[in-house]
Amino acid sequence: MRMNVPENLPMRWLRKLVMRGRMLLLRGRAGEELQRELQFHLDQQIAENRAAGMSAEEARLAALRAFGNPAALRDQARETWSWQWLELLLRDVRFGLRTLARTPGFSFLAILVMGLGIGANVALFTVVRSVLLKPLPFKDPDQLVRIYEADAKGRFQDHIASGPDFAAWQAQSRSFEQMAIKQWMHYDLTGASGQLPEVARAHTASWNLFPMLGVQAAYGRLFEASDDTPEANATVVLSWALWKRRYQGDPAILGKTILLDERPYTVIGILPAWFLYPDARVELWTPLYHEKSREVMSHYDWHNFDVIGRLRPGVTMAQANAELGAIQAEVRKEHPDGPINDATNMRPILDAETYDIKTGLYTLLAATGCLLLIACLNVANLLVARAATRRRETAIRTALGGSRARLIREQVIESLALSCGGGAAGFLFAAGIVAWLVRNRPDLPRVESIHIDGAAVLFASSVMLVCGLVAGLVPALATGDRQILRTLHESSRSYSGGKAGLRLRRLLLALQVGLTVVLLVGAGLMISSYRHLRGADIGCATHDVLTMRMDLPKGKYRTQEQRAAFYDQMLERVRALPGVDAAGLTSVLPGEGRGRDDTFGMREHPPLPRGQVLDATTRFVDPEYFRAMQIPLLKGRFFRPDERLDKAQSVLVNRAFTREIYPGDEHLGEHIVGGPGYDGRSYEIVGVVGDTLDEVSGTPNPAIYYPFGMGLERDAALAVRVSAGRDPAQMALPVQKALASLDPDLPLTHVLTMDEFLGTTTLDASFDATLLTGFAGLSLLLAGVGLFGVLSYVVAQRTTEIGIRIALGARREQVMRLMLRDGLKPAGAGLALGLIASAGLTRLIRSMLYGTEALDPGVFAAVGGALLGVAMVACLIPAWRASRVDPMVALRME
Amino acid sequence: MGKPSDLVQGTLDLLILKTLSIEARHGWSIAKRIQQISGEVLQVQQGSLYPALHRLEQQGWIKAKWAESETGRQAKFYSLTAAGRKQLESETANWARLSEAINLVVREA
Repeated sequence: MRMNVPENLPMRWLRKLVMRGRMLLLRGRAGEELQRELQFHLDQQIAENRAAGMSAEEARLAALRAFGNPAALRDQARETWSWQWLELLLRDVRFGLRTLARTPGFSFLAILVMGLGIGANVALFTVVRSVLLKPLPFKDPDQLVRIYEADAKGRFQDHIASGPDFAAWQAQSRSFEQMAIKQWMHYDLTGASGQLPEVARAHTASWNLFPMLGVQAAYGRLFEASDDTPEANATVVLSWALWKRRYQGDPAILGKTILLDERPYTVIGILPAWFLYPDARVELWTPLYHEKSREVMSHYDWHNFDVIGRLRPGVTMAQANAELGAIQAEVRKEHPDGPINDATNMRPILDAETYDIKTGLYTLLAATGCLLLIACLNVANLLVARAATRRRETAIRTALGGSRARLIREQVIESLALSCGGGAAGFLFAAGIVAWLVRNRPDLPRVESIHIDGAAVLFASSVMLVCGLVAGLVPALATGDRQILRTLHESSRSYSGGKAGLRLRRLLLALQVGLTVVLLVGAGLMISSYRHLRGADIGCATHDVLTMRMDLPKGKYRTQEQRAAFYDQMLERVRALPGVDAAGLTSVLPGEGRGRDDTFGMREHPPLPRGQVLDATTRFVDPEYFRAMQIPLLKGRFFRPDERLDKAQSVLVNRAFTREIYPGDEHLGEHIVGGPGYDGRSYEIVGVVGDTLDEVSGTPNPAIYYPFGMGLERDAALAVRVSAGRDPAQMALPVQKALASLDPDLPLTHVLTMDEFLGTTTLDASFDATLLTGFAGLSLLLAGVGLFGVLSYVVAQRTTEIGIRIALGARREQVMRLMLRDGLKPAGAGLALGLIASAGLTRLIRSMLYGTEALDPGVFAAVGGALLGVAMVACLIPAWRASRVDPMVALRME
Repeated sequence: MGKPSDLVQGTLDLLILKTLSIEARHGWSIAKRIQQISGEVLQVQQGSLYPALHRLEQQGWIKAKWAESETGRQAKFYSLTAAGRKQLESETANWARLSEAINLVVREA
């Protein structure tokens, strides 16, 4: 009857809040105060009774009588403290935990399943966030774009830029605040103080790159415009890591001179530790216009550089691209000859850095999402089973007045407890995966920024909560039926199980099987394409070959003669080693990428029309290379050993060359004009060799092989063919020793067998395939467990019925067939569902596939077979058990 | 809810608020005061009084402070808050309406 009038609410709410907080935190003290308050009242009463003339004892007893039961009174007062719901909740939690503890096997399984799902998700979320989503740590990174040259006809989009093109953009465009240019380099780093020489990975960049990115020196200064000219003194900026590692973090290095390629550079600054762009392996920076001659920067057809720009505020990427494209088209018009592009393309800087791995990572994230959903469904399924076995308890409790909300709350609390356990386990699991990944994928861009952080914790908690709610609510809502009587009736003598719960379980199961099929198909396609990739015939021997890279220091090997002499001697020593069959040199190994391509002309053919160019991959090899790599000679002859330096006048071409360049002509005896020496020499084509692949996942490009003995190349890959039966890895040490005896300072890298080397080039595909297969295998296991669980439950429910059937003469095979059909029906439905969904989804990963169609029938068939096989095995055991039912025992069971 | 009381359900809150409208009091004195004013008709049971006091405190209508009582002992004194004063007004009005209505029914029907 009391009316509630709203009144200065905020104050009252605040006061209430404070009060409740106090009550919660200071329950003990509040209880004590209550005790004192009541005691005071009692004492007052006693005092009054005494004043009325009672004796001390009488007064006390009378007061107590009037007062009533002090304990009950205390409880009543406490109840008003409004924390009852918390106490109830705690009671439910305790109850839930006790229920779970009573079935440790079930709880462990559910927590494990949830943990796997949550862990995989958190790990992939962490990676995707760190690598693809977190902005680069630069000033206003949204305005930064990578700029590429492109083809107006759309044949290629992301071509690196040439020096004068960049200059034209920089001079004419209005869309950019800044535009900077950079290139990968490596230097031989030697110290004045006799430290070991090493090859340092480096970048050379225009001076304005650092201010554009908003980077400041940790010590000293970064480049200024005056450092960035050919005439300036040579300067270098060190990365934090190099400074710590090689110079012990001593600031005294500032102003000192270090030797890069035997030339003195003054160290002017140290970059901050957080600056790891483009990746953590870059150890030093030099100013580009000091390093590159005006000559190099003036060739429109020498494409060597990365360009980064900062858009002016308010300018969109599309506008900027339209403007730059027009400028580039103009450049092309002025220079109609040669490989000069006529358009540009842009990507946000983060997108550009992670372009290659994006699809892979998102696919894996989607796969973990599927896995989690499957895990959730599985736990829901287990809970439905449990709820079914507890129907009687539930019904009795409902009959006794337990509210439905309370029962649902209990179920949800149980599943939340499971998902919390799963979340904790999953978090550990995720930490493990992330650590493994960082160790095994050093080639991932931004790998150094992958950490499990607050966002990951938040993500894990929300995933955990959602899982708990989903897995708990589904069965709770489905089984909390109000037909108490029917339930009690049914469970008192059940011939067939409760229909509602069973239908739900079958539905969940079909969904789970469907998702599993999608994952399996994805994994199957990835495995198949990885197998194609590794099985691709790259055109040369992959066994019995040891490879390694070396880079001759510029200082010591300044002239072509010095270089040619060194390589001659080196090959001689390596070939003399026991167990070495052949040894050869190449500038770039098959599978290592295109590396270098040049345009050329052919003397015997009319020049192409304006605007068209001939282009081929450029390789430098020594005469024995083809034998070492077992690349077949198809026509003509190999190089002769004396074809070196100025006497190098012949080249070999590959089969793709004869196929694509003036096809229909054998080209033997014809001449290449305008080769890699830029000296106007012409080279006679003396032989044709078999194709090799530049990229394992690519197709053969036309290639021209020039003699290594020309001495143009400083770095080389050595390929050593070992005698049959020897392990190429075992030859690494003797070969390295032979090289060290010639030049102990020569740094050797990538000492790998050809097999291993190809493995590193297909790492990404193998990684995606491995993980996806792992996820798919897990979900298959979960689906199997789910099937097994459901059918076992069905059998247990129908034991009486089966007993009657057998008693009435049904044969055991019939019973078994009946039960099998019962279990396989949801599996079949799920399989159909999954195959249909897969057919729709696999096109999304088409770009990651190699040699495999998105709808590869083999993969689909194999997945269907595998799934049915697993389903069969999972159903067989319960079905067999059903067929063994002893009718007497079954009938007596209830 | 609560224990059966000699008072019409819900009126105890009104009586307590009214009693506190003049000065701060402790529980004992509130009970005494109600008893006195009503000419010993209304006996407030401790079993109702203290839960009611704590509930009103939780509602933010009264606040409590420990202070020295007339006998020199520490006692918990309750006093009205601004919100409590408003609540008192509205409950008084409510009561007037209700008792009027009951009177009417008792007399006329």
